[in-house]
Amino acid sequence: MAQYLLSVHSVEGTPREPMTDEEMQESYKRVLTLEEEMKQSGAWLFSGRLHGPDAATVVRVSDGEVLTTDGPFVESKEHLAGFYIIEAADLDAALAWGSKVTRIINAPIEVRPFAGTKS
Amino acid sequence: MDGEAGVDQLRVERVFRLESGRSVATLVRIFGDIDVAEDAVQEAFAVALRRWPADGLPPNPGAWITTTARNRAIDRLRRDTRGRELLGELAKVTPADGEPEAREEEGPVEDDRLRLIFTCCHPALSTEAQVALTLRLLGGLATEDVARAFLVSESTMAQRLVRAKRKINAARIPYRVPQDHELPERLPPVLAVIYLIYNAGAADLARGELCGEAIRLTRLVSLLMPDEPEVGGLLALLLLIESRRGARFASDGSLVLLRDQDRSCWERSLIDEGQAIVRACLRRDHPGPYQLQAAINAVHADADSVPSTDWRQIVALYDQLLVVAPTPVVALNRAIAIGEVDGPAAALVLVDALDLNGYHPFHATRADLLRRLGRRGEAARAYERAALLAPSAAERDFLAAQAVAPGVSSH
Repeated sequence: MAQYLLSVHSVEGTPREPMTDEEMQESYKRVLTLEEEMKQSGAWLFSGRLHGPDAATVVRVSDGEVLTTDGPFVESKEHLAGFYIIEAADLDAALAWGSKVTRIINAPIEVRPFAGTKS
Repeated sequence: MDGEAGVDQLRVERVFRLESGRSVATLVRIFGDIDVAEDAVQEAFAVALRRWPADGLPPNPGAWITTTARNRAIDRLRRDTRGRELLGELAKVTPADGEPEAREEEGPVEDDRLRLIFTCCHPALSTEAQVALTLRLLGGLATEDVARAFLVSESTMAQRLVRAKRKINAARIPYRVPQDHELPERLPPVLAVIYLIYNAGAADLARGELCGEAIRLTRLVSLLMPDEPEVGGLLALLLLIESRRGARFASDGSLVLLRDQDRSCWERSLIDEGQAIVRACLRRDHPGPYQLQAAINAVHADADSVPSTDWRQIVALYDQLLVVAPTPVVALNRAIAIGEVDGPAAALVLVDALDLNGYHPFHATRADLLRRLGRRGEAARAYERAALLAPSAAERDFLAAQAVAPGVSSH
């Protein structure tokens, strides 16, 4: 087994069909069902949704001092909106989960292996 | 290096290249690591170069290579810690005496090569990486030969291969034949890679060996997946195109168009085999893009000249192809066939509606139609534009010559 990060990427300003409340609830329900399926099959390790990049703060060392600044680390139109950490036998199995997620939330998913987690 | 047994270095190289794909594939299955497999087969090659010229070819060179490479790999793995761990893991899954099974080099292990080609052509890899891995691992080509075939430096190609293999390892791209429900997504890249390899060879006289390699790979996939009509379609298509390859170039290496080719030079045995496959595909009636392109080429092969070609049949096949593969390139080829049925003016209207400005056959087709309509100045400019965009020297020279040919140039 190996572990993979499925990251959900959101692109600012991409025109999206506005969802009705009903559609939103429907979509939310499908996400919950999928996460339940991941847990049942033992693939789910962790997942989370993130606040927007305007809620981000960066700390870094500068001249030996820790400097705190407002904003995301990289200013860009694309940002990490959420992620899953899953366990899967191989890339095909991880991609199968990624495909299910992208179908429901309609945003691209990057599937990336964790280093040093093969067993 | 000429041995008494009459096996010279060249022969060793040839036999080795033909057999090594099978050995690499089997060793990848045994050791679960492409680099281990590749290095071991490379070592076996060095041993073969020393021994075969003196001892003669072993009775079953493929089995010899696999056994030798496997033993080398085990020796090498025993020498370092990580290797011993790997062997330990293998011992857990193989019941033998702590060593991987000794029987796998016997019997048909064709499935290994099929697994390997699906790994090499996994959609998670870039097309360039898919092509490079397939030629290197299954075709047994040296990295420098793969580099030369795709006009990049050896170090660039080596980098590309290293990166692709690293991704296969890190992301755990599986080593298995996809299940039936996965094939609609997984088979097309395999066929596309083989077709790309063929076309790279067909575009350039100096790279012609790639054509043979592509046909060899298609035969292999076709043997292993006899129930996939598109695999047969690709094989028929390649055989029919290949039958004309000798007639496509003049003795000075310049390009000869289909209409000017000496059809007596077309290779009859390849045509017969290709047409037999096309007929089998028609009976099966599950048409796909490769089968339809093969059928179009089968119609060309039936005719002894351009005027006697059944162009209506070809237009009908392009109509079908346009349904399953609605691309501007297919529309361009259909327009060329229309030009033979309804004349160049009708074809030009269709061609001018296409958005293919960066594609040299688009300009070459326009040029030909304009020439036939007597619009010489426009034809010359279109030939020049085509020559500028053509990827190979032979095509470039041909198109540039057309631009100033009598009946075209207005000077």
